[in-house]
Amino acid sequence: MPLSLTLALRNLFHDRLRFIATLIGIVFSVVLVLVQMGLYSGFGRMVTMMIDHAATDLWVVSRGTNSMEDISQFDSGIRDKVLAIDGVAEAVPLVIGFSDWHLPEGGERTPVFIVGSDPKHRGLEPWNVVEGAATDLSAPDAVAVDRSYYDRLGISGMGSTAEINQRKVKVAVVTDGIRSFTTMPYVFSGLDAARTYLDLPPSKISQILVRVKHGTDLKRVRDEIQSKVSNVEVLTPQEFRQRSRTFWLFSTGAGAALFAGVLLGVIVGTAILAQTLYSNTREHLPEFAALRAIGCSNRYIFRIIRYQALLNAAIGLCLAGAIGAVVVYLTAKSALPIIITPLQAGGLVVIILLMCLVSAIVAIARVVRIDPVTVLTR
Amino acid sequence: MSKTLLEAKNISKTFGEGHVQVRAVDKANLTLKGGELTLLMGPSGSGKTTLLSILGCMLTPAKGTLNICGNAVENAGPERLAEIRRSHIGFIFQSYHLFPTLTAAENIQLALDIRGKNGSKAAEKSHRLLEKVGLSRKSKAFPRQMSGGEQQRVAIARAIVADPSVILADEPTAALDTNNGRAVMNILSELARDRDSAVLVVSHDPRAIPFADRIIYIEDGILKNEDPAARTERKGTRQRKN
Repeated sequence: MPLSLTLALRNLFHDRLRFIATLIGIVFSVVLVLVQMGLYSGFGRMVTMMIDHAATDLWVVSRGTNSMEDISQFDSGIRDKVLAIDGVAEAVPLVIGFSDWHLPEGGERTPVFIVGSDPKHRGLEPWNVVEGAATDLSAPDAVAVDRSYYDRLGISGMGSTAEINQRKVKVAVVTDGIRSFTTMPYVFSGLDAARTYLDLPPSKISQILVRVKHGTDLKRVRDEIQSKVSNVEVLTPQEFRQRSRTFWLFSTGAGAALFAGVLLGVIVGTAILAQTLYSNTREHLPEFAALRAIGCSNRYIFRIIRYQALLNAAIGLCLAGAIGAVVVYLTAKSALPIIITPLQAGGLVVIILLMCLVSAIVAIARVVRIDPVTVLTR
Repeated sequence: MSKTLLEAKNISKTFGEGHVQVRAVDKANLTLKGGELTLLMGPSGSGKTTLLSILGCMLTPAKGTLNICGNAVENAGPERLAEIRRSHIGFIFQSYHLFPTLTAAENIQLALDIRGKNGSKAAEKSHRLLEKVGLSRKSKAFPRQMSGGEQQRVAIARAIVADPSVILADEPTAALDTNNGRAVMNILSELARDRDSAVLVVSHDPRAIPFADRIIYIEDGILKNEDPAARTERKGTRQRKN
């Protein structure tokens, strides 16, 4: 090990209390950044969960739709126009909207988000089914709920009954892990049933899932739908995902809050590190001055400080990484899981390294001003 | 004839301005030769430290010229001055200034490491020097585990590990008891003699006098050479003692 690295390491461990305090600061800031980043990607993934699980090549949505949860409707006759376009294999209508769930014996009303599609046409079916089957939703009063919402909905599980918009419903399908990023649980049902829960006439639908025939030019179909059908937009799943993410993350301010959290973490971490490195350097100023006096170059001293910064970063990252892994595991099944992608993990390492190097600048600025003469006057 | 390793001509240095201006060193002329231990003595505030700082390339003189082992120091920037110190000068400080987090051997190796010399040869050399200053058993000791005298001997080893031509020692015995002070002065005197180094010891400790080949006095920034008669007498006494 190079002696400069040994010196950096020993200087760090020399004052253990301060080292622990520094580590706590770094770990706090890294975990803060990690959680905010994880929330960002978790939120980004949650808002597109429905889009990700819809088996479709194209989405036909009302013009100006900003997300999957946009409840604008259009005339169901549009479906026929879409089906008439060459290359379209299937056009599956969807009905979505907000309604209230409550128990027959009374109690609180719970707002729910209804997702209705015809199970025979493989529309937007519930996934991760643990009890029942998606096809069971063809029964008129059948609904699918996620088991994580039992308490919220006041039910005990499969076969439980409740009311939505004063219509009786029965839990026929149970899923695991379909959590909503809003406060409203998702409730899946058949298409017609959904219309009754949402008080929609049979002539209205919310979205259409378009599946094209094998070998068809998707762009041509899309352009043709767009040109022949007015007041709708045709989006690829990727475009719809991006639009939903942009809306929820940036138009609602949620993204800004998460970014602010990341920024705060970086600032707090940089400040703590800078303060520690500075005071550590100050404490060793006589020795650094002696090094300068015996002819040591500034570059060598900078290297020691840089090593200290990087050691702090490395140890802090390891501890924060372990804590982060626990947080990721614990939130995996929550309404808003913290998801860290490999790219984000790499980005986090780069951010922390930069943070440490920036914080070293303060200490380096102090060392540059060392006057070696001071060793003769002490 | 011994080689001149350091030559200062008409060195002056003032601090402050106007009526608070102090002339710390005034037209000092000094030559340090290899194989010679020179003692610079003077009361507090006489300009010893300022002169040592200038000779050690840590402070630039306002006037005059300084040449160290053929290197002119005038107009050199901080990094060039550091390079001259690194290449030609070994420093010994009153307060030792060892790194508390490094062992005795590592403190010595550090002086080699900053010169880009490391590895087993550096470790070997540092152990050899520890042996030379009588501290081979303390190679793994940290400064806090050593006495003042031992720390000063480690500092000496650090100063000479890179084989400098000029050794500048600032009050090396001030914090030491008689025995340790004598031991340190013995080592410095040997260095001058055996390695043909020019050793300048700044001190107001009279115990250092018997070890000096030459004594220079400084008062109010002005250098004064030892009276030749006193020098002859001192040398005679020294020889008789030996």
